[in-house]
Amino acid sequence: MSEISAEQVAHLANLARIALTEEEIEHLTAELGQIMQAVEKVSEVATPDVPPTSHPIPMQNVFRDDVVGETLTVEQTLSGAPETDGSRFVVSAILGEEQ
Amino acid sequence: MSDHLIRLTAAELGERLAAGEVSSVEATRAHLDRIAAVDGAVHAFLHVEGERALETAADIDRRRAAGESFGPLAGVPIAIKDVLVTEGMPSTAGSRILEGWVPPYDATPVRKVREAGMIPLGKTNMDEFAMGSSTEHSAYGPTHNPWDLERIPGGSGGGSAASVASFEAPLALGSDTGGSIRQPAHVTGTVGVKPTYGAVSRYGSIALASSLDQIGPVTRTVLDAALLHDVIAGHDPLDSTSIPEPWPSMADAVRRADVTGLRIGVVKQLDSDGFQAGVRQRFHEALELLERNGAEIVEVSAPHFEYSIAAYYLILPAEASSNLAKFDSVRFGLRVTPDGGGTVEQVMGATREAGFGPEVKRRIILGTYALSAGYYDAYYGSAQKVRTLVQRDFDAAFANVDVLATPTAPTTAFKLGEKLDDPLAMYLNDVATIPANLAGVPGISVPAGLAPEDGLPVGIQFLAPAREDARLYNVGAALEHLLLAEWGAPLLDRAPDLSRHELTATEEGAL
Repeated sequence: MSEISAEQVAHLANLARIALTEEEIEHLTAELGQIMQAVEKVSEVATPDVPPTSHPIPMQNVFRDDVVGETLTVEQTLSGAPETDGSRFVVSAILGEEQ
Repeated sequence: MSDHLIRLTAAELGERLAAGEVSSVEATRAHLDRIAAVDGAVHAFLHVEGERALETAADIDRRRAAGESFGPLAGVPIAIKDVLVTEGMPSTAGSRILEGWVPPYDATPVRKVREAGMIPLGKTNMDEFAMGSSTEHSAYGPTHNPWDLERIPGGSGGGSAASVASFEAPLALGSDTGGSIRQPAHVTGTVGVKPTYGAVSRYGSIALASSLDQIGPVTRTVLDAALLHDVIAGHDPLDSTSIPEPWPSMADAVRRADVTGLRIGVVKQLDSDGFQAGVRQRFHEALELLERNGAEIVEVSAPHFEYSIAAYYLILPAEASSNLAKFDSVRFGLRVTPDGGGTVEQVMGATREAGFGPEVKRRIILGTYALSAGYYDAYYGSAQKVRTLVQRDFDAAFANVDVLATPTAPTTAFKLGEKLDDPLAMYLNDVATIPANLAGVPGISVPAGLAPEDGLPVGIQFLAPAREDARLYNVGAALEHLLLAEWGAPLLDRAPDLSRHELTATEEGAL
């Protein structure tokens, strides 16, 4: 299961939105194979009778009253953005030409 | 005078401030001077507040003079790990992707230290997004260990630990996802505490792995850690995982420290040949000292701890790959547009390629793989089962003992660069610290001495059941007190004099 191909890494990089270089893909393919081999050790003891734990301290859902609290102003919210029009975030085109 | 001020503990400095013997401006200036003198060599800070810290200090002095009453740490300067967002101070989490970002709000622990009258000195260096054990994965260059500038200060919170160990700050805030507070404490001869998961709000902490992250104190003494713990702990409605129940005073636990009848369990799986001889020697000497003073030492078994690293390196990348999706070139931080433009997805890809370092990319890809369809149950699902088994090991152990003890990390500080090209070797640094994060239980690392073979600091870790953080302060303070009596002076008094590096640098500059 720990066999990872360069094509798989390229696909994962695309899913994770990181435009990796060919060299990075090659390097990561070798490293991920080694790391996955090491972490597959979990399967030795993760038998069907063991329930999974998602969270260290048992919790319940947290509710609050539906009232407006303190929020950031529009100016504060936009203060760190790479591009805005003064009241909104500006993003690049959503669709490419072929779409 | 100023050299004297920086050598005081936070508790001592707080007392002198309260008594009017020293002003917060004087104390803050002394620390800023120290940073100016030695941080060129140590590189603990990514941002220093400078004049603004002095203004904050002057404000506290004025309010105190006007009769306002404060807590014990008012007017005391503090360094803040760059993983915590700070209004008006750049917050990068050690990443290029957030270079220059100034957040519009404070993380809750930052708000609390400000409300306690403490003076933020600046932001400390860290491995990018807290991924690492050496600060070498910081996009801004590594921090150097004040005990030996060619060695790692630990990580990810090496900046906070080094700032405290080099007397640039009396105390600091850190974050601990798999040992990022405790392992740096171990290699720098300082104290670090990871509180119970949910004890300190994670609101405004740039998330690495949300089910593992916890904010905690980085200090030179156990009392200072307790005083800071008392400031930052408590329920926060802005963090849904924040524990609602009130906490006892950790400082009181320190002042009443007594190990008579305390049952200390030694985890036999973490007392092995895999640990450096000097690390084990100081660990066992510390246990014998506690035993001579009334503690009972018993061996316990935690058979699933050996699976912790494997589970951790599935859970952490999975959660991190999801948490770091927010760095999308839209709302904050870097935006890189490919040559000739592109769609928003291509801009994201180019931005994340340019903005993330190799370790962050490695873990995002690993996490994306572990969560992908067809592998989820085998990887992430199995890791969550290991989490249950580690919790059961803790439950079984704590049925018989009050606290557990382990060496904090397998070795003393290694050389910068030594493990940088071997991710798996780097991951092994956290073998003793990760189980606590998987189970949510609190842990402390306290200096235990210097390893005879290399003269570098060694820490001992204590772990307690969830919500029993006070037990750590009890046993940690008791050991610190006993060791201080043996040594005659704090361990850090034996660290090299960094001002000589400053002189050397100046002389070289003159030539």
